[in-house]
Amino acid sequence: MTENRLAIQLPGLDLKNPIMPASGCFGFGQEYAKYYDLDRLGSIMIKATTAAARFGNPTPRVAETPSGMLNAIGLQNPGVDAVIADKLPWLATHFPDLPIIANVAGFSNEEYAIVSKKISRVKNVTAIELNISCPNVDHGNQGLLIGQVPELAYAAVKAAVAVSEVPVYVKLTPSVSDIGTVAKAVEDAGATGFTMINTLVGTRYNLQTRQPIIANGTGGMSGPAIFPVALKLIRQVAQQSSLPIIGMGGVDSAESALEMMIAGASAIGIGTANFTDPFACPKIIDNLPTLMDKYGITDLASFVKNCQEEIRG
Amino acid sequence: MILQEDMLIVSNINIAPRVFRMVLKGEIVLDITAPDQFLHIRVPSPDKILRRPISISEYNKIDKSCVIIYRVEGPGLAVVADMQAGHTLDVMGPLGNGFDMTGPFPNGKALIIGGGIGTPPLVQLAKDLTVTGIAVTVLLGFAQQSAVILEAEFAAASSQLEIVTDDGSYGQKGNVGLLMDDLDLMSYDAIYACGAQGMLKAVASRTETHPNAFISMEARMACGMGACYACVVHVAGDETGQKSLKVCDEGPIFRVGEVVI
Repeated sequence: MTENRLAIQLPGLDLKNPIMPASGCFGFGQEYAKYYDLDRLGSIMIKATTAAARFGNPTPRVAETPSGMLNAIGLQNPGVDAVIADKLPWLATHFPDLPIIANVAGFSNEEYAIVSKKISRVKNVTAIELNISCPNVDHGNQGLLIGQVPELAYAAVKAAVAVSEVPVYVKLTPSVSDIGTVAKAVEDAGATGFTMINTLVGTRYNLQTRQPIIANGTGGMSGPAIFPVALKLIRQVAQQSSLPIIGMGGVDSAESALEMMIAGASAIGIGTANFTDPFACPKIIDNLPTLMDKYGITDLASFVKNCQEEIRG
Repeated sequence: MILQEDMLIVSNINIAPRVFRMVLKGEIVLDITAPDQFLHIRVPSPDKILRRPISISEYNKIDKSCVIIYRVEGPGLAVVADMQAGHTLDVMGPLGNGFDMTGPFPNGKALIIGGGIGTPPLVQLAKDLTVTGIAVTVLLGFAQQSAVILEAEFAAASSQLEIVTDDGSYGQKGNVGLLMDDLDLMSYDAIYACGAQGMLKAVASRTETHPNAFISMEARMACGMGACYACVVHVAGDETGQKSLKVCDEGPIFRVGEVVI
């Protein structure tokens, strides 16, 4: 038995446990630090960062769906220079040992490269999550996301990997006919691993106005409703690639976290569950050991290894 | 600060069509710092994953009780409306900044303007101002007579109360903007408003030059505490269009002229 039963080692990520807030649901950490010690977390995937500041989409930006929600924030962020000047130093000062995964977004290969280059040189950023799959912004590709076109995904990942000082995990969209094709392009471009899944795309209408509730018209769907979709796609990618996967999509309990590891994930992002319960992440971490006892899991590292050996034969 | 708590439901009664008044008890009440902070309520139903932000109407730190008044607009709050005394409700709070009552009040006068389901958080404000000896004028607007709520509460906590309805079925026919036009607005040391967007615009257009005019904004929220950026508003006068403030933790109260309504 290892010293810490919850520890997971991934390229760039020395995780004391596999639980990390997913990007966009946790800001840059300051707000949740009022609720609990962020050092409880394995890591934090901070809010998507672009080269310049963005206001994002008009409001309303969120709507509830059965066991889920829609959001169309639109990559609001203060820009990479402000993130480096203000947000990351705050985390480094208060939580110097907490590895940070920086979510890098962009609208061109040049932007992915600029942001990756700058942010990967910040000391507490130990990995990048390359966001090629935000469904709420127009990438200028006839409505397609970069992550929906293998050639575009390849080029964006290549541009980021070439200049990044830290491992690059690439966030995959579920909105593709064959996720395997995109995953292969991403792997071929030099990605270190995958994070998946980004949100599905959906909408809701107001009965009175007959207009979409969300000002953007559509939004990214998240929450427990998409959990089975995430499991299916994680398993599919895990079957074809040996790169590590940080899984996300509707995880709201220690049970669902372990289930996602069975599907093929090595670590787990928690998104929408933070809104339902601001203490969701520490509660899941606290519940893991008892649940592991119940299922005869001595430590997560060997559990993940065994699961992945079964998947890949 | 305990931030989240299962509060005890003391009562939960229907006070107008679709409008309910719930009394809650818990330690969170001790952390309330100003009128019109809000509670972020978890609907006790596993498929409802977003909390509902509901402003605190009144609170009493001695018995650790507070009142929330909410209108059922969908299936989420319909579940809350069915909850009984003795049950508990999972709440986050208190959240938001609350009304600024620092004044100064050289004329000893304040004006409070409320519309519809925006009136509840103004009750505690009116009470607190009245207790400190400030003469409070309250203007309230509702859609029709059946929607009128809190008349007794405001009557007890003001020196003057005027109610208008859109259809004239109760009080004068019209809106609070018309009532404001009859007043010398600059004679009030502070002006406070909470209501629908149209009402807030009407208030703001009449108080642009007032040094102490405040509006309480409503927004769809997810986290309720500043992390998700669902509830942003544009900063007024920002030519770049990139500056924003969050209704949940930088509001819900803003000065007139601070943000785009």
